[in-house]
Amino acid sequence: MRRSVSTGVFLAACAVAIAALGAVAGNAAAQPPAPPTEVKIDNFTFGPAEVTVKVGTTITWTNHDDIPHTVVSTDKEFKSKVLDTDEKFSTTLSKAGTFTYFCSIHPKMTGTVVVQ
Amino acid sequence: MSDQHELEHEHDDDGVDRRGFLKCMAWAGTGAFFLMEGGVPKSYSLSRMPELAGKSTGELAFAQLSDSHMGFNKPANPDVVSTLKAAVDKINALVTTPEFILHTGDISHLSKPEEFDTVDQVLRSASARDLFYVPGEHDVLEDEGKQYRDRYGKGSKGAGWYSFDKKGVHFIGLVNVMNLKAGGLGTLGAEQLDWMKDDVRHLKHSTPIVVFAHIPLWTVYPQWGWGTDDSAQALAFLKKFGSVTVLNGHIHQTMQKVEGNVTFHTASSTAFPQPHPGAADSPGPMKVPAEQLRGILGITDVTYLRGKHSLAIVDSSLA
Repeated sequence: MRRSVSTGVFLAACAVAIAALGAVAGNAAAQPPAPPTEVKIDNFTFGPAEVTVKVGTTITWTNHDDIPHTVVSTDKEFKSKVLDTDEKFSTTLSKAGTFTYFCSIHPKMTGTVVVQ
Repeated sequence: MSDQHELEHEHDDDGVDRRGFLKCMAWAGTGAFFLMEGGVPKSYSLSRMPELAGKSTGELAFAQLSDSHMGFNKPANPDVVSTLKAAVDKINALVTTPEFILHTGDISHLSKPEEFDTVDQVLRSASARDLFYVPGEHDVLEDEGKQYRDRYGKGSKGAGWYSFDKKGVHFIGLVNVMNLKAGGLGTLGAEQLDWMKDDVRHLKHSTPIVVFAHIPLWTVYPQWGWGTDDSAQALAFLKKFGSVTVLNGHIHQTMQKVEGNVTFHTASSTAFPQPHPGAADSPGPMKVPAEQLRGILGITDVTYLRGKHSLAIVDSSLA
């Protein structure tokens, strides 16, 4: 009958609406992903090649390669000692700006840190 | 039978057709003797050496070792001391005792004193009387090369460049691993280039020249940093010389190129191999089955034959 069909449709519509609201609420509640503070060195590459962080963030580079590397910023803001396999280097970025860096042993390896 | 011992290198042909591949595999593990004839390098297997050596007397023979990376201990070679010792044994077994050894750098892996000490110790048992070095990027870590120069840089200038003469051949040791710039290649720098220009200025153009440096002085593969950004200037100073041989290391494989009067040659490592240009994601240590390792590590033997235009360059593997 017409009334039961309308009711059924109405209830179904509500269910869909509630589900949709729930999804939206779920998204609104989720935090934006935290900016990456870890850079992996592997296969002669810094990964990710570019990171964007807030002023005051500490970034840690870890060498997963089977050959030593270094992390040296081109404007001398930060400089690691030689990192053999599994060794790490951390630096805290206290100034805003864009900092390019490279491996002083294998200078074709380059990366960028954007500090906001 | 004779064509198993000869392999003409046509540089436009990378030899990967089946016939070329099989020819290469036949001599890859044994020992190759390269002789320049009319500008075309021809290689003969070492088994023909006695016959070829009999034809002309070598006036000056020396050996090249490279990339010993003392201190490296990863799977690609967990025992770089043994392979360096095998290289010394190979040198000591050469038909003609080399007068001296050139080490084209990456003597150590991490610039540690004990690493340099171990190499010095192993090389003490080499038959060659003298040793000459140029640093690799692994030898100048942390201290701008001060330790390297204290040990091996006596009489050198700047970062460790120098020249010397042996039996009428002029040797120039160059340093192209200092002050590397982000995204760049090897570099010689203005001071060293000025020194080199002056160093060769008064030499007779008939003087054979041998230049040795760690990173290749020709562009092998720029994506992996296998080249030197200002080497063209250095080579320009040598344009008038009839015979120029450039010996390098760094890439852990043998490669040869002839350009006019200049023969470029890179040596194998005594520690671990690296992939061919572009054959892998990165130029790092390349693992091979253990029984194949010594077949792709090696030494280089060089002979200057008076009256010949070019030096005879022989690569031998350790197996």
